[in-house]
Amino acid sequence: MNARFISRGFKGRRTTAADPSRIPPGQHVVPDFPVLSAGPTPHTPLEQWDLIVEGQVASPQRWTWEEFYNLPREDITVDIHCVTKWSKLDTRWEGVSIDTLLEPADPSGSFLIAHCDGGYTTNLPLEDATGGKAWIAYRYNDEPLEPEHGGPARLLVPHLYFWKSAKWVRRLEIVDADEPGFWETAGYHNRGNPWQEERYWGD
Amino acid sequence: MGRLSWRLGEVVGSIAETPSVRSLVLAVPGWERHLAGQHVDVRLTAEDGYQAQRSYSIASAPEEPTLMLTIERLPDGEVSPYLVDELQAGDRLELRGPIGGYFTWQVDQGGPLLLVAGGSGVVPLMAMIRHRTAARATVPTRLLFSSRTLEDVIYRDELERLAGRDRSLEVFHTLTRRQPEGWTGFRRRIDQALLQEVAWPSTPNPLAFICGPTRMVENVATALAAIGYEPARIKTERFGPTGGSS
Repeated sequence: MNARFISRGFKGRRTTAADPSRIPPGQHVVPDFPVLSAGPTPHTPLEQWDLIVEGQVASPQRWTWEEFYNLPREDITVDIHCVTKWSKLDTRWEGVSIDTLLEPADPSGSFLIAHCDGGYTTNLPLEDATGGKAWIAYRYNDEPLEPEHGGPARLLVPHLYFWKSAKWVRRLEIVDADEPGFWETAGYHNRGNPWQEERYWGD
Repeated sequence: MGRLSWRLGEVVGSIAETPSVRSLVLAVPGWERHLAGQHVDVRLTAEDGYQAQRSYSIASAPEEPTLMLTIERLPDGEVSPYLVDELQAGDRLELRGPIGGYFTWQVDQGGPLLLVAGGSGVVPLMAMIRHRTAARATVPTRLLFSSRTLEDVIYRDELERLAGRDRSLEVFHTLTRRQPEGWTGFRRRIDQALLQEVAWPSTPNPLAFICGPTRMVENVATALAAIGYEPARIKTERFGPTGGSS
C-alpha cells in the first residue's frame, strides 16, 4: 500500500552492529533467545525417547536416544529468524543431519511431516529438509538443549522461519502429498521463507 | 486466502493504563472482525525509509467498532516507546492483521475458562473477557492476574466493574513485588499451590489460556498439567527473554 507513509516522529534505533544483509525484511536482531510454544513443555525421559523415520520409505528406521546420540554429528553455526520478528545471529548447535537420518530409510515421497511430543506438527518439502540444510539438534551453545527450547532434540531448519524448526521432534513421516502442520493451518505460511517474508497465509 | 495487506489506522483515543502501559484506540477502515486473542503486526517508517515491525495483541472485543492495542513500554525498546509516548490522537499507524488462529477463544468454545496473565500478558486475555461480556455469555471464567504492584495492574477498574456485576466472572490478583496496606489478595508469584487454590479443578475439562513472561508461562503450564489439566487444553503465549543466555 501507501509506500510513502511516514510515521510522524519515528526515528528508529539503528544501533545494531549486525550486517544488514543478514537480516531478512521486517526482522530485528535480539541478544537473548525468546521462547515461543503453543502449550506446556513436554518432558519425555531419555530412556523412553526414540526417533522414527517412516511413511513413504523403503526401510523405516528407529533409533533409541543412545543410538541417535552416536550417529555422526555436525557442528552448526547459523542465523535463525522467528516469524514474531526477532532474529538471532551465529547460534551454535550440534546435531544430526536429516540427510544422515533419511539415507538408510531411502525415502520416495516428496514431503516431510515432523511429529512432536505435545502433538505439534510441521511440514517441509523434502528439498528444504535435505542437502545439508536441516538437522535434528540436541546441543545448543555446548550444552544439552533445554526442554523449553525443544530438548532433548528439535528440528533445525534455519533457512525457514523458526516455527519450522519444530521442538521435541520424535517422528519424521515421509509423504507424497503435502499436509499443512500446526501453525500452517493456523494462519501461517506453508513454506515460511524469511527472505520472501512469507509470514502468513497469502504472503 | 488473500494476503493480509498493510493498512492505516487512525488514533482516535488513548488511555494511560499504568505508568508504563498505554492503550491506543484505533479507527481502522475496512477492519475485518478479529477473534479474541489474535494480534496485529505494526510497522513504523522513518523519514529516510527505515522500518521497524513488531507484533501486538489486540485488547478489544471483536464486537467493538474500534480496535484497541495495549502496549507496554520496554526499557530497551525501539517501537514500544514510540507507541506509548509519542503517538497522539490524529496520528496514523500502519498495521496488518488479524493474525493467529490458535491462541484464540470464542464463546461457543465454552469453558470453564481459566485465564492466567502476567503483566501485559493480560492483553489478549482481556479481549476474551470483553468478547465474553459483549456476547452476554455466562461461561464460568476465572482470571488469575499477576502484577508487580497495584499501580502496575492493567485494566484494574474495568476488571473490578465486570466481575462486580457478573457472578460467572471471578478475578484474582497477586502482587509480587509490593502490596498496599490492607491488601487481601495474593502476594507471591503464581505457583502450584496458588493454582490449586484458584484454578478450576481438572474436571470438567477446563480450557486454559496463559500469557506472560516465559518463566511464568512455563511454570503455570507445567503446574496445570500436574494438577491434571489436559495438555491440549492448555494454550500458551509467551514474551520476553528466558533470563539466560540460551
